[in-house]
Amino acid sequence: MQIELWINEKKVRAAIEPDTLLIDFLREQGCSSVKRGCETSNCGLCTVFMDEKPVLSCSVLAARADGHHIVTLEGLKEEAEGFGAYIADQGAEQCGFCNPGFMMNAIAMFRENPDPTDDEIREYLSGNLCRCSGYEGQMRGIKAYLAFCRQKGGQA
Amino acid sequence: MEKKLSLINQPIRKKDAMALVCGKPVYLDDIAPKDCLIVKLLHSPHAHALIEEIDTGAAEKVPGIEAIYTYKDVPQKRFTMAGQTYPEPSPYDRLILDRRMRFVGDVVAIVAGENEKAVDRALKLIKVRYQVLEPVLDFRRAKDADVLVHPEESWRALCEVGADNRRNLCASGVDEDGNLQTVMEDCEIVLEHTFHTKANQQAMMETFRTYASIDTYGRLHVVSSTQIVFHVRRILAHALDIPKSKIRVSKPRIGGGFGAKQTCVTEVFPAFVTWKTKKPAKLIFTRQESQTAGSPRHEMEMRVKVGAMRDGTIRAVDFYTLSNTGAYGEHGPTTVGLSGHKSIPLYNANLEAFRFQYDVVYTNVQAAGAYRGYGATQGIFALESMVNELADRLGIDPAVIREKNMIREGQVAASYYNEQMNACALDRCVARAKEMFGWDEKPLRQDMGNGKVRAKGMAMAMQGSGISGMDVGSATIKLNDDGFYVLSIGAADMGTGCDTTLAQIAAECMECDLDNVIVYGADSDSSPYDSGSYASSTIYVTGKAVEKACRELREHMSVIAAGILDCPPQELIFAADGVATADGGKKVSLGELAERSMNGNTETVQVTVTHSSPVSPPPFMAGMAEVEVDMETGAVELLDYVAVVDCGTPINSNLVRVQTEGGLAQGIGMALYEDIHYDAKGRIAEDSLMQYKIPTRLDTGRLRVEFEGSYEKTGPFGAKSIGEVVINTPAPAIAHAVYNATGVWHRELPITPEKVLMGILRREKEE
Ligand code: FES
Ligand code: FES
Repeated sequence: MQIELWINEKKVRAAIEPDTLLIDFLREQGCSSVKRGCETSNCGLCTVFMDEKPVLSCSVLAARADGHHIVTLEGLKEEAEGFGAYIADQGAEQCGFCNPGFMMNAIAMFRENPDPTDDEIREYLSGNLCRCSGYEGQMRGIKAYLAFCRQKGGQA
Repeated sequence: MEKKLSLINQPIRKKDAMALVCGKPVYLDDIAPKDCLIVKLLHSPHAHALIEEIDTGAAEKVPGIEAIYTYKDVPQKRFTMAGQTYPEPSPYDRLILDRRMRFVGDVVAIVAGENEKAVDRALKLIKVRYQVLEPVLDFRRAKDADVLVHPEESWRALCEVGADNRRNLCASGVDEDGNLQTVMEDCEIVLEHTFHTKANQQAMMETFRTYASIDTYGRLHVVSSTQIVFHVRRILAHALDIPKSKIRVSKPRIGGGFGAKQTCVTEVFPAFVTWKTKKPAKLIFTRQESQTAGSPRHEMEMRVKVGAMRDGTIRAVDFYTLSNTGAYGEHGPTTVGLSGHKSIPLYNANLEAFRFQYDVVYTNVQAAGAYRGYGATQGIFALESMVNELADRLGIDPAVIREKNMIREGQVAASYYNEQMNACALDRCVARAKEMFGWDEKPLRQDMGNGKVRAKGMAMAMQGSGISGMDVGSATIKLNDDGFYVLSIGAADMGTGCDTTLAQIAAECMECDLDNVIVYGADSDSSPYDSGSYASSTIYVTGKAVEKACRELREHMSVIAAGILDCPPQELIFAADGVATADGGKKVSLGELAERSMNGNTETVQVTVTHSSPVSPPPFMAGMAEVEVDMETGAVELLDYVAVVDCGTPINSNLVRVQTEGGLAQGIGMALYEDIHYDAKGRIAEDSLMQYKIPTRLDTGRLRVEFEGSYEKTGPFGAKSIGEVVINTPAPAIAHAVYNATGVWHRELPITPEKVLMGILRREKEE
């Protein structure tokens, strides 16, 4: 079947199988940042935006994306670099495999709630597993980034 | 001359950090050629069976199927998939495909095809008739059982490890010192208990994966998410029965390893397909495959007997470990050793006698392998729990009993290969942890009045730094135009950041900026030999090789500079921007020197140094946990965890911290959540991340980490290891806290709410 959608603001028309998952479709389209860590919607590695809302691309059929706007980390270069630098400064990206999904969801959180408490951060990101970092470095990075944003006077 | 270290113990960003946080395509499946054949495996539904008949006819007819292989198609020489130095202690008990199925998940057939759909269809169409055999599922009954896991004649053990396939024994042995019986009899209190830990999964976020292709010269190029490129080359040569010279192995960025990728879990399959078809092929394990046909921690049962005096003096330890290696013996003979050798030495101070005995048995469950801590984690859970109980019985503060008995700097430990502790800050780790935690101020147990009880617990831990007298680390450092350096290594950065930390060592030695050092590795063709990244060896062993290589390169560079400046090389002084005469009068810049090295030069500007250490200096740590137990539900909430680590000199202050936090989180998972059950047929229940619960960020509590420095003179800039020791304290410290809260010792992990509640109920009934 044919679908038409926007991937990172670019219009894409493609033929897919009815059972193609969004994650596989996006990777085929060159969005390699989208990672898979499970088959049971547990890890959050595959998080992308569909019409600005974070979704698990492993649990969405590509057909469902027809007519929608999909954004992956490839399409958020500036935000990724801006926030990512704070994660890098903690060394919290260890193997880095969980990072794209984590970055996507963190960016979604900043947009939704620019001034989250620690508990809100943990809650919002609880679906993003990381086996390497123990999460504390990610927390430090997020807080340092939020402090920077506040200082800048603007929004996250 | 005291020189100020400028790059060591600094919070330096990893060299690949921005690529990783921005999601750049640097992992295996991002770089695998698009035209790879898709390889998948048919797994055995039976724990023990013989293939009577296998019919692949219908499957082969599926359009797009390239090849299907069964046990009839593979070489018949046995090998091991364990990444260890040759001759491997792990027995040669594998074939790529075997007629005998030894666990639910064992490999029946390999299918390769153009796309996933075709391969999935073909997998369904393979018809297998099994002769189902009785499995050995209980590891306590495996030794000398009637049913043999490896009855085959071709099984063999290369090393003397006490293995005997006719007895289901993968290894057995004993190590002892002093007169155990006499000392035990003379002790005023003797405690004995049995502890049980499960086959925990590393659960790295990137599952096992490999692709293979044929290069320009007709050689097999295998790219794999592996910690051990050189071992993979040798293992593949054994498995495929082809010369090592025909194989090249390299690695991209790795999405986590933790020891899992110290075993060739996936490599042989696509390699075999590519070697046969001459077409590129890749195999990506699903999470389910990683959980059921991976290489988890060895399940262990440990019987520990401790002899002490009423004042808390620990005089004797008797330790027996039964380890379950599962269907194959990967890392079986070696992991077990650490359960005793890396726990007993913690109580070296007054120890007069110890005995450490072990059996490692084959059973019909998933084969175990290497997982961070490598046996030490299991042993430390047992011994530390025992010491906590001893303190409780004697009414001595658990920190005080440790202060009385712990190993200290300068001591020689008979239970640790008679090594002397050059650098040991364990005493300071405990002291600092007490301060941070408020140990002396907090009560053991505090009823919160709302059905919840808060309590504290503690533990100590150690590990090694590389395998003494065996691990080899090498580094090649080369001077290039403009004066930048390329550092080639065979060690594998699996997220640990060793590309960066080794570059820090190089830059420190060459007195240059970190950006001036490019790191390249690991590739079996071009990297200097390295046993690989495991056994906490990279910084300590390979790091030392880097330091030595740099020292030599400086000498060569001074010779070239001496030629330019026309003075003896020994009179020259090496500095960040070049080489100058002692009086500073004449100077040649690094750029000029580098240019000269490429013009009419006969002095080498590339140095390779190989290093190995006769000792394995242990890193140490102390951990303290505060938990809150819901007495109604048995739920355990971890509120606070304090860890103080002695890893010698930290090379990168950020990375040692994150390593510690990550290790603690894994240890917490092992203590509280990560469970493994087999059904009556030997199938694992926890085959996904839905059932196998690794901690989320809501589960880890607050982790507070600090470091107590020591200086290990045999390590680079005084460094010891960090990677493994950090997983070892949570299980015993949390078990201790749960005891203090509930009055029940949990000697089996994980400590789930069900077990806690049942424990409370049982105790109440008894009272
Ligand atoms: S891949 Fe794990 S949640 Fe999507
Ligand atoms: S950094 Fe490895 S899983 Fe998060």
